[in-house]
Amino acid sequence: MTTVVPAFHRPADTRRRFLLTAAAGTMLPGIAAASPIQVAVLIRRLVGDAQLDRGRVKLDLPVLVENGNTVAMTVSVDAPPGTVESLHVFAEANPQPEVLRLVFGPRSGVPRIQARIRLATSQTVVAIARMHDGTFWQDSVDLLVTLAACID
Amino acid sequence: MVRVLLNVPKQVRKGEPFDVKLLISHPMESGQRRDAMGLAIPRDIINRLICTFDGAEVFRMDLFPAIAANPFLAFSVVAERSGTLTIAFVDDHGVEQTETSAVEAV
Repeated sequence: MTTVVPAFHRPADTRRRFLLTAAAGTMLPGIAAASPIQVAVLIRRLVGDAQLDRGRVKLDLPVLVENGNTVAMTVSVDAPPGTVESLHVFAEANPQPEVLRLVFGPRSGVPRIQARIRLATSQTVVAIARMHDGTFWQDSVDLLVTLAACID
Repeated sequence: MVRVLLNVPKQVRKGEPFDVKLLISHPMESGQRRDAMGLAIPRDIINRLICTFDGAEVFRMDLFPAIAANPFLAFSVVAERSGTLTIAFVDDHGVEQTETSAVEAV
C-alpha cells in the first residue's frame, strides 16, 4: 500500500525544509567540526607502527548525553600503577578533536582520570592508553548528545 | 588568581593509592563562542596542569577547549612518606598558579 501525499502539502514542506536549513546556517557561524579522518591521523601519529588493540583501557561516558557542556568522563586502565605511560582522549566531531593528554609520573597511583568534558554533537569518543612496554590500547563510546556544547 | 578546591585526605597509608579531587573555578572559554555583537570571544583556558608530590611528578596534563568550564579532575596518588601535594597550572595568558596541600602518610 502506498501513501498518497496531497499535492498541497509538498510546497509547504520544501519551504519549511529550506527555512530550517537557512536557520541552522545562521545559528552556527563558522563552527567547523573535526572529522573521523583527522582523529585517525592524530591516532596514527601517536601510535606509529605499533598495534592498537581494544581492551585494558576503559572509557566511561554516558551513551545518552542531555547536556554537552559538561559530560562526566572516566578513563581508567586495567593495569598496575606505574605501567601506563600516557592517556589520550579524542572527540571526532568537536571543533578541535583533542580532549586531553595526560602523562603519568612516578607518584601516580591507580591509572585513572576523571574529568568533565564538552561535546559539540553526537559522536564517537576514543581513549588511548600508551603503556611503558610500548603497547597501545583503546576504547571508544558512541554517544548521542541532545544539547550541544560550544554554541550559545 | 582563580579559586581552587583541592580535596586530599588528611591521612593516607604509605604506599597505598589515594584519591584526590580538584575543582578550579575557571570559565575555560573555548574560543568557539560569539558575543551579542557576533564577535568571537577569544580563547581562554587552562592549557597545562602538573601535579607533583614532594617534587616527584604524579602526572602532567594538557588541557584542550573540550574540557568543561570549572574543570573538575579526580585522580590517584601514591605516597611513600608524608609530604606536600602540589598542583600547578597555567592559562592562555601565561598566568601560573600553584595550590598545595599537606599529606600525612602513616
